[in-house]
Amino acid sequence: MALPLLALAALAALPLLLRSDFWLHFAIMTLYVALLGQSWNLLGGYGGQRSFGHAAFFGTGAYAAAVLQLDLGVNPWACLALAGLAGAAAGALVGALSFRYGLRGSYFALVTLAFAEVFRILADSVPFTGAGVGLQIPLRQSAANFQFPDKAGFYAVILALTALATALAWWVEHSRFGAALVALRENEEAARALGIDVNRTKLRAIALSGGLAGLAGSFYVQYYLYIDPRLAYGVEVSVAALLVPLIGGAGTVFGPLVGALVLRALNEASSRLTGDAPGLNLVLYGALLIAILAFLPDGLVSLGARLRQALRRRAPGHA
Amino acid sequence: MFAFDIVLPAVLNGLATGAVYALVALGLTLIYGVLHIVNFAHGSLLMLALYGVYFLYTLLGVDPYLALPIMVPAMFALGYALQRTLIATASHGREDNILLVTLGLSIVIDNLALYLWSADTRTINPSYAYDTVDLGVAILALPKLVSSLGALLATLLLWLLIRRTDLGKAIRALARERRGAELVGIDVAHVFAMSFGIGIACVGAAACLLLPSYYAHPGVGESFVIIAFTIVVLGGMGSFPGALLGGFIIGVTESLGGLFLGENLGRIGVFALFIAILLFRPAGLFGARA
Repeated sequence: MALPLLALAALAALPLLLRSDFWLHFAIMTLYVALLGQSWNLLGGYGGQRSFGHAAFFGTGAYAAAVLQLDLGVNPWACLALAGLAGAAAGALVGALSFRYGLRGSYFALVTLAFAEVFRILADSVPFTGAGVGLQIPLRQSAANFQFPDKAGFYAVILALTALATALAWWVEHSRFGAALVALRENEEAARALGIDVNRTKLRAIALSGGLAGLAGSFYVQYYLYIDPRLAYGVEVSVAALLVPLIGGAGTVFGPLVGALVLRALNEASSRLTGDAPGLNLVLYGALLIAILAFLPDGLVSLGARLRQALRRRAPGHA
Repeated sequence: MFAFDIVLPAVLNGLATGAVYALVALGLTLIYGVLHIVNFAHGSLLMLALYGVYFLYTLLGVDPYLALPIMVPAMFALGYALQRTLIATASHGREDNILLVTLGLSIVIDNLALYLWSADTRTINPSYAYDTVDLGVAILALPKLVSSLGALLATLLLWLLIRRTDLGKAIRALARERRGAELVGIDVAHVFAMSFGIGIACVGAAACLLLPSYYAHPGVGESFVIIAFTIVVLGGMGSFPGALLGGFIIGVTESLGGLFLGENLGRIGVFALFIAILLFRPAGLFGARA
């Protein structure tokens, strides 16, 4: 328990070292993507329910935060909590429908994608989301208003949120609920035979996952002060959410953190090299996804164990 | 609310579009039926083929319909190679990994197209682009009529290939019983790749038929893949007549959705149908329950 807390303290002190806004922005985006990835990881990594439409939950959180503060004048901090609830509700809705009717594997992936697209088209068409124009949050910088004058404030918030998500993943790994979740991932019939309420366990996982995605959505809105249907419900969000844990290691506590760091670093390097050419970043994402599945299906965190195994095989005398 | 003479042309237009949709979906359902691969890159490959037809026309002056003997073998070869090299090896044969591999493939293709050819919508204007045919009850654009008839012909050819040739027999054997097919000496890896290639060849044919009345754009794949999946699920995964009927239903749904709900909201119709079918009748109209 001491080591993670120490790491957290070190990360909290990071803004004191990072004098440049560039690196602070990089750290914020890494943690933000890690939060999104951890959200996917709870459902897809531990539960094996691989969603292709996590944007449905992220976008609902983002729009909940934006609409509540713009139309009803709710304080943005309260909006953060409510966005989490909205994301969880969206997750529960999609989950209740698809798990009740027994959708699994590819079918579940496709139905989540379809939900995200339906939400996107709705957001593009109804008036209170600002339709295609999007919603702009007026600039009123103050900590009470969840609009920090400098990036260090945002860093503290996203660090807290991502730490919460990581702690949640740790809890899942050590709880009865998590054991049930992993059991149904490995073999649903066997899990049911053991007396696990499969649908309820999946439903709790997707609500938890949606809640975290909703928090990420709210953070995004406060950081950029803008949201539109494409940013909220676009395929890019769903792809980032699944790519991060798959690269790092799905179904592990720290996989999403590793994945987020690698992905952001690659992103940064590629936009340096190519000068932000449209699409090229996503080409890299896609190629990376294929490469990881081909060569390292258990993600980067499995690399250590693999290396050790390889070394042991090299030197059979020193077992 | 809407007069008959507005609805009927919309239905006919929907049927004409539906025939081409059906051809795209047939490729998808063949790949699923034989390989049990949910090919997420199907739409992206269609997009690629549309650009192929576009460049053949603009750079070399090849008419889209005359591009068929070029595009069909080319897309077949691409599909064959993709299955043999990338999809079979990268997924390690696991079903849920295959979906992710083809997702990765579609992301690469879509965004490479965006990078190379930018987000401009590209159309061609052959001399017959605006010709129309009076069917008595409604007037239909000539390219639409030709494309739907062409798609039906291609469907017939595909059906003959599957039913009447040795390759078709091997494909059907493999779809039904892999181990048994292996035991009687069928080269599984080869027939798998042939099936994938034929599925992608359908996409090549569809692109030639579509372009005179359609456009090339990097985002085409994304919208088409859901349409194709909806048709396949509606008709029952792996079912040929199902895909054909599903194509017509989706074509008409889209056309009427656009008429009654407007261009933007009308697109919801297909997705809503997709979700509803997955939830309430996942085996589709013709498929057996898995």
